[in-house]
Amino acid sequence: MKRFVGFVRKEFYHIFRDKRSLFILFGMPIAQILLFGFAITNEINNVDIAILDQSNDVTSKEIINKIAASKHFSIVDIIQKESSIESIFKKGKVKAVLQFENNFGNNLIKEKQANVQVLTDATDPNMANTISNYISSILKKYQQELNKNINIDYQIIPQSRMIYNAELKSVYMFVPGVMTVILMLVSAMMTSISITREKEQGTMEILLVSPLKPFQVIIGKVFPYIFLSVINAVVIVLLSIFVFNVPVNGSLFLLGIESVLFIITSLALGILISTLSATQQTAMMISLMGLMLPTILLSGFIFPISSMPLPLQVISNIIPAKWFIIIVKGIMLKGIGIGYIFKETAILVLMTLLFIGISVKKYKIRLE
Amino acid sequence: MNIILYIIRKEFKQIFRNKGMLPIIFILPVLQLVILSNAATYEIKNIQFGYVDTDNSSISRGLIEQFEASTYFNVSERFSSEKEASQAMQEGTIDAYLNIPVHFERDLQKDKTNAIGVFIDAIDGSAAGVINVYITQIIQGYNNNIAMDLIQISDTVQQPNSIDSIPLFWYNQTLNYKTFMVPGILVLLVTMITLFLSGMNIVREKEIGTLEQINVTPIKKHHFIIGKLFPFWMLGMGLLTIGLILAKVIFNTPMLGNLGLLYVYTSVYILVILGMGLFISNFTDTQQQAMFIAWFFIVIFILMSGLFTPIESMPKWAQILTEFNPIKYFVEIIRMVMLKGSGFTDIFPLAIKTLAYAILMNGLAVWSYKKTT
Repeated sequence: MKRFVGFVRKEFYHIFRDKRSLFILFGMPIAQILLFGFAITNEINNVDIAILDQSNDVTSKEIINKIAASKHFSIVDIIQKESSIESIFKKGKVKAVLQFENNFGNNLIKEKQANVQVLTDATDPNMANTISNYISSILKKYQQELNKNINIDYQIIPQSRMIYNAELKSVYMFVPGVMTVILMLVSAMMTSISITREKEQGTMEILLVSPLKPFQVIIGKVFPYIFLSVINAVVIVLLSIFVFNVPVNGSLFLLGIESVLFIITSLALGILISTLSATQQTAMMISLMGLMLPTILLSGFIFPISSMPLPLQVISNIIPAKWFIIIVKGIMLKGIGIGYIFKETAILVLMTLLFIGISVKKYKIRLE
Repeated sequence: MNIILYIIRKEFKQIFRNKGMLPIIFILPVLQLVILSNAATYEIKNIQFGYVDTDNSSISRGLIEQFEASTYFNVSERFSSEKEASQAMQEGTIDAYLNIPVHFERDLQKDKTNAIGVFIDAIDGSAAGVINVYITQIIQGYNNNIAMDLIQISDTVQQPNSIDSIPLFWYNQTLNYKTFMVPGILVLLVTMITLFLSGMNIVREKEIGTLEQINVTPIKKHHFIIGKLFPFWMLGMGLLTIGLILAKVIFNTPMLGNLGLLYVYTSVYILVILGMGLFISNFTDTQQQAMFIAWFFIVIFILMSGLFTPIESMPKWAQILTEFNPIKYFVEIIRMVMLKGSGFTDIFPLAIKTLAYAILMNGLAVWSYKKTT
């Protein structure tokens, strides 16, 4: 035990001696969570659009004013002819063009029916779809104002309530995700590098011939990183509570336990990567190239998993981050207890055991 | 010139000798492009939908049928009380539910208007907004139906005004997400591979001590830098080519513009990334530090590139920050050229910024690289 404590102390010295890495280790997660918490949102606001008003009458002007007043759009260009639509789309200056037909106002008065064409640059399908939905709802509202005096029978009025996030803040969605991605990548990367580094420099052999048991060497190497990652997790949770006002409706204690579990899962993955790679370079490329995009894309951090094709939904199950995101959102936003997230927790525990199991099997204590 | 060739040959040998790295450089990006491009979709479908129908009248049943008929909703369960429904939402088994109160039909016929409770799990705010639009559309459509059924149309009713919006989706009529994502993810992969490899490369020689050996040889600074970076430049261009072929063959991504233009742009773009990698490796002592820094910037570049979330919606200060994000330019240009067929004059303002960036970055990198320690 005393030997082990000595070894852990040595590891701490290693880490604290490298001031630059230490600064990066703590500075980066803070910088990232602040940046992303404020900047990233999948709402669609301030979209640049252009107007092509071939009618130029009172009604079309009124509608244009309504659209200009909306926070979703800003009108940056008024164009005169249809042929210029293509060129402004190609320059990427606007995302949509609103085209009022000839005699728009007259048609509305005479025929009670008039058309607006919403031309969208659908290279971004989500943006295009949302823009046309927003515009059509602005038009619907205007239409209702016009029809105020006409009695329409039988209306079922939906009264929507947004549960868990009444103001539809996207920070609620992104803070748990950013926290997960940061913890995952930092933990996996740190351990995989620190173990392969000893291999590459040849000092691993020295450790192996020492009286320390191999698993003590591994635990000793990982232990300081658990400690550091927990500090990171605490800082991130504090930031999300006090800076972004994300509530913690559930138990803070449970959130703490689950975070430690997830950190251990990530570290175990890091150990696994290190046993599979001979050089730091390989270890880093696996943990960066192999983990970064899958963790961002398949975890439900940005894109909803339920919308993915079935094979990908299946693949997403092996991404530890997916389960932790469910847990964090559950505890923080829904305020649920362990009973509801038992399955997710069990999966993380199993993954951890699996990673450690494979690592132990693959771990070579002899020289080649 | 000969010296450069020797260094390049040495670098290539080192890359191809490392058998552990080869699959990471070549196979991993290809796999990710093919698999992950399918994952990135904001389209909302398969909405798990439940309802509480305490009225159980023909009108309420008719409304539920509308939801069952919709392709967006999976109507999963009828709950006997609101408490049960809200519990299911807490467990995460349903995304939204409808609460139809007692005497719903009777009150509707009496008052001609009646409210219905719609409850949506809004943790993903933008998805919740979309779900709300779908639900409202179904209910409004149903309103028109019952209006037809229940009233005799009298001639005295004044015809209401209607303004129709006709959506036209240019460049991507079917709103296919893959056309949008494949070029973007390709950009990420090219950037990540070239940045990580170049960032680690020189630091590695520093760490192992071989950099000193090279420093004492008559190799000039610029020989060394060109020789070091050229192989990675080749790798990046090669990866782009593989990616474009896959995009065409597997995803049938449109390529309307001039691919030559894209290649010329990419050759400048990769210089930005390589300059950055070199700059990082000049300021770090270990591979670990270099990778942490590269990782820090890559995550920021990816998430603020406009690839996954729109730049327009970011606050002003964040939009200004994205001006320093090389990935943003490449993502925008590759989409413009491939999907819209934009030409040289269209991309010129963005391309010139990239060129300036390349000169600046490489200037800094060369300036900060010292042969003496």
